[in-house]
Amino acid sequence: MRTYDSIVADLQSGVTSCEGITREYLAAAERGKGLNALLAVFPERALEQARSVDKKLSAGTAGPLAGMVMTVKDVICQKGEKVTCGSKILENFVSPYDATVVERLRSADAILLGKTNMDEFAMGSSTENSAFGRVKLPQDESRVPGGSSGGSAVAVKAGISTTSLGSDTGGSIRQPAAFTGVVGLKPTYGRVSRFGLVAFASSFDSIGPFALTTKDAARVLGVIAGYDPADSTSVNVPVPDYGASLNKEVKGLRVGIPGEYFTDALDSEIRAAIERRLDVLRSNGAVIREVSLPHTEYTIATYYILATAEASSNLARYDGARYGFRAGGVKDLTEMYVQSRSKGFGPEVKRRIMLGTYVLSAGYYDAYYRKGQKVRRLIQNDFIEAFKNVDCLITPTTPSTSFKAGEKSNDPLQMYLSDVFTTSANLAGIPGISIPCGTDQQGLPIGLQILGKQFDEATILRVADFLETIH
Amino acid sequence: MAVTVKDVEHIAKLARLEFSNEEKQEFTHQLNEILAYVGQLNKLDTSNVEPLSHVVELNNVFREDEVKQGLTAEEALQNAPSKSERFFKVPKVISE
Repeated sequence: MRTYDSIVADLQSGVTSCEGITREYLAAAERGKGLNALLAVFPERALEQARSVDKKLSAGTAGPLAGMVMTVKDVICQKGEKVTCGSKILENFVSPYDATVVERLRSADAILLGKTNMDEFAMGSSTENSAFGRVKLPQDESRVPGGSSGGSAVAVKAGISTTSLGSDTGGSIRQPAAFTGVVGLKPTYGRVSRFGLVAFASSFDSIGPFALTTKDAARVLGVIAGYDPADSTSVNVPVPDYGASLNKEVKGLRVGIPGEYFTDALDSEIRAAIERRLDVLRSNGAVIREVSLPHTEYTIATYYILATAEASSNLARYDGARYGFRAGGVKDLTEMYVQSRSKGFGPEVKRRIMLGTYVLSAGYYDAYYRKGQKVRRLIQNDFIEAFKNVDCLITPTTPSTSFKAGEKSNDPLQMYLSDVFTTSANLAGIPGISIPCGTDQQGLPIGLQILGKQFDEATILRVADFLETIH
Repeated sequence: MAVTVKDVEHIAKLARLEFSNEEKQEFTHQLNEILAYVGQLNKLDTSNVEPLSHVVELNNVFREDEVKQGLTAEEALQNAPSKSERFFKVPKVISE
């Protein structure tokens, strides 16, 4: 397991080459096969790319991520490779183009090693919903790594790639980062182009990095962030030098603690771990303030109405006509649609399509969808108010540590509630990062979440880096 | 406003999905449970709240209407389950 700093040091001293490093990671991927974190590995392409980066390094023309070995969640398109979304319906789909983020990583000379396993169409909180088998937590294989980007989190934790890209619609980067004990960053909505990200809930989806350190997450963000004409919802605001936010003091920084996230339902060990970090910030001159986000109790309900509505529309495109799985032996077009979808989608995806179709259907639109949009406004206003008095917020990432595989798979509502602290950032469109915050008595990682103002990733990276360095 | 098996059948039809009787029962139960949970939003008075459909303030985004190279027909057809020349092929739509 190594950080990018150690790779850079080895490349500079000549101990190894990008090709050598890529071989190390390929070997780690082979050893870690049992974790089921990867859905595809590209040994030839990766080695070929590594050799070309080695040439650029000797010529002095290499990009900012030269020698960083990366994996990408299998919901992000890489030209000429499959993008399955963890679903049978896209099992054989080969992407005809690169996602903007992939293009940017390649131009920065990151080496693309493979694609990571995930809950089908990013719907889940445990990576048990993949059509290609569940991902295992490296620390205890009977447990889940969180989800839906569980494969990316595990790839980083197990040293299968230096960093990884995931997607976060309601916590799918931060929650698995917390469960596995790595750094996971969800940028502001619109900060990173979604072009080439297979859509789940378009007004929520964000792409972001997993890494062992905040510094590496900041490096990846610096490369993938920025306006993209191919995504009309990407926002044209300047991308700061995130490296400049690191190694900074926290003196005078105003940190808000939302009381609603520290209820009795919160695991006492998680509470204690977070409070110890708050003491560290306090003793280093940060100002810790109680704040209120009064609509917190409505976040999960609002999220599941709006996200399933968007999902039911987005997933209408899987009809077996132009791409993806088509059921055989059908007599007409309607039957082709029905059979292809019914056989191609897994149970959780069907459940969400059903819920989303219901809340959008005639007679229920105002009661559910419209209502959800209005409450979303109230939730966003809570954050706008809070950020008038503080620079960032600190909360636990999850109400509990990793659970056993199978424990929640028959109770969708309980599964949804594991996102109780993460969906708010997607509802409000703000950035959030989860960083490791020690372990509980069973040795399972605890995650600390830092939330920031829209487009102010710099502040949350600064706080994350400070807490990481001090420990 | 409880969901019945009949409602589930109607939604399934709208979503172009098909379920066994057992699955329909299970969905009816789960949908009722989830809808009861989301029903808590009714505690909030939102009569004067503007719905939020997009989290970042963006006005209409326009671009020049220029001809650009997109996917070729061959590329667009590469994932087709069935094709004929430059077309996607599907079962007969109009009955005889």
